[in-house]
Amino acid sequence: MDKIKTIISKEWAEVFQNRMVLFSVIFMPLTFAALPLFMLYAMRSSGAGSVDVGSVPQAFLSGCAEGLSTGECFQVYFVTQFMLLFMLTPLIVPVNIAAYSVAGEKTTRSLEPLLATPITTAELLAGKNLAAVIPAVLATWLSFLIFGVGARILIANARVLSALFNPMWWVAILVVGPLLSVLSTNFSLMVSSRVNDPRVAEQLSSVIMLPLLVLFFGQIAGYVSLNANLMILLALALLAVDALMVYLAIQLFQRETILTRWK
Amino acid sequence: MIRTEDLTRSFRRLVAVDRLTLEVAEGEVFGFLGPNGAGKTTTVRMLTALIAPTSGRAMVGGFQLGEDDSRIRRAVGILTEVPGMYDNLSAEYNLRIYARLYEVPNPDAQVEKYLRLLGLWERRADPAATFSKGMKQKLAIARAVLHEPRVLFLDEPTASLDPESAHVVHEFIAGLRRAGRTIFLCTHNLDEADRLCDRIGVFKTRLLAVDTPARLRTEFFGRRVVFHLNRADPGLAAAVRQMPFVRDAQAVENKLVLALDNPDEHNPELVRFLVGQGVDIRFVGELRRSLEDVYLQLVKAA
Ligand SMILES: Nc1ncnc2c1ncn2[C@@H]1O[C@H](COP(=O)(O)OP(=O)(O)OP(=O)(O)O)[C@@H](O)[C@H]1O
Ligand SMILES: [Mg+2]
Repeated sequence: MDKIKTIISKEWAEVFQNRMVLFSVIFMPLTFAALPLFMLYAMRSSGAGSVDVGSVPQAFLSGCAEGLSTGECFQVYFVTQFMLLFMLTPLIVPVNIAAYSVAGEKTTRSLEPLLATPITTAELLAGKNLAAVIPAVLATWLSFLIFGVGARILIANARVLSALFNPMWWVAILVVGPLLSVLSTNFSLMVSSRVNDPRVAEQLSSVIMLPLLVLFFGQIAGYVSLNANLMILLALALLAVDALMVYLAIQLFQRETILTRWK
Repeated sequence: MIRTEDLTRSFRRLVAVDRLTLEVAEGEVFGFLGPNGAGKTTTVRMLTALIAPTSGRAMVGGFQLGEDDSRIRRAVGILTEVPGMYDNLSAEYNLRIYARLYEVPNPDAQVEKYLRLLGLWERRADPAATFSKGMKQKLAIARAVLHEPRVLFLDEPTASLDPESAHVVHEFIAGLRRAGRTIFLCTHNLDEADRLCDRIGVFKTRLLAVDTPARLRTEFFGRRVVFHLNRADPGLAAAVRQMPFVRDAQAVENKLVLALDNPDEHNPELVRFLVGQGVDIRFVGELRRSLEDVYLQLVKAA
């Protein structure tokens, strides 16, 4: 446990000196919190009633009918679109951290002395994972918290609030977010181990965002309607994918492989 | 302390280390000499449980390689070929990380002790990136000994050091030797090997020779005696070569260089012979062959 902690603090000390990483951990989540808040603010001043309600997919309207007016429903719908952004944070933050962490180890050739210590590869992998997952999850939660507090200030309507912060979103933020960050961390660890340039590694690892973007646009286009059941299903699927990713990462994370192939 | 038996490592079709059988006693400084690509680093990596041998066996610090690898890692220290410091972190922080990973009981004291010993204490707060090559090397040496390992592997400790820094490192190694540590020293620097090592192994994929530096020299060249004369010519050399105990004789300028099995016994006879030939003997001395000659001869032949 002590060794894992040592690795985590070392990773943070190294990686947070990088502006790109710092930016992704601090400013990106703030932006993602600010965007939906801005939408809420804009809609409040212009008045939801004046917007064309017809653009809201029928599926959504029927889903949120419980006691909400069409205007309120539209407000909830519109903000919900942006809330998927909160799922981007746990994907992007680990990509940055892992890419720069592995690239750093490669350029300084620091893995060999590290692997010569009595640390087990499992401890090392755990350290690298936690070093990326912890900031990702914290950033996600923090941005959601900022959004939550901001929404409370901006929206007086209790029905809209409870519709916004429904169980689906708690599952998304508390469960799906961390699972996504584990997926993203191990994926980019594997990509970075093969690619030398951290920027290239980052871009390649960013492929991990594609499924989420598909979901995002699918939702906007009205093909997908997110609900609690779908979220739970997503969480279960992610759990399986994560298990697979961790397994693959462990396979790849052998002393010998790292020393002879990570070049 | 180290014992290997037919230790072999291949990379695909390339055999980097071929059936290395070797024994290094406790407290011994063993020099591992070999040209670039000889397989020195590969050997060190195997013996520090970083990569697995393809075949063969080894015991390090009393533990069986492949079975007790984590104990081996705990017992040995290694100076890797490349220092591999975390460039953005301070010298002190770099060492702290390793002190904790090696479970050093009093990390701060150990870190301070070795930073001071290697003359880096004043610069402890500076990022490793700002260090010169030699300073990084010294920092890496400090890192290798933080946990007071019984067996120490040094892969070219003075490569890229200026003479003064090299001297600091030599003194440091000599200190470790006095303290009874077992040291496995890879080097290209023959002078260093000659001065620091109890025994030397000349290695190029295979082990070519193992012995003390002194014995390696005589083993390969016999002992050579130089007679400085008022004149020396091929005819004289040919005459001397006729004597039964002379293995070789060459006339070089006004000198006669002779290879003898036992100079102490035969020199007087040679002096009498030369005087009989009517030459004046100005000076008689022993020609010490450098270890470099031994090394070059072995490596070229391999
Ligand atoms: N990971 C690897 N993959 C393939 N070949 C390797 C690998 N590591 C070493 N080799 C090969 O093994 C041989 C021995 O290399 P090694 O680094 O052990 O030599 P060395 O004696 O340390 O040389 P130097 O004095 O240059 O440091 C070389 O031919 C090298 O190309
Ligand atoms: Mg080498």
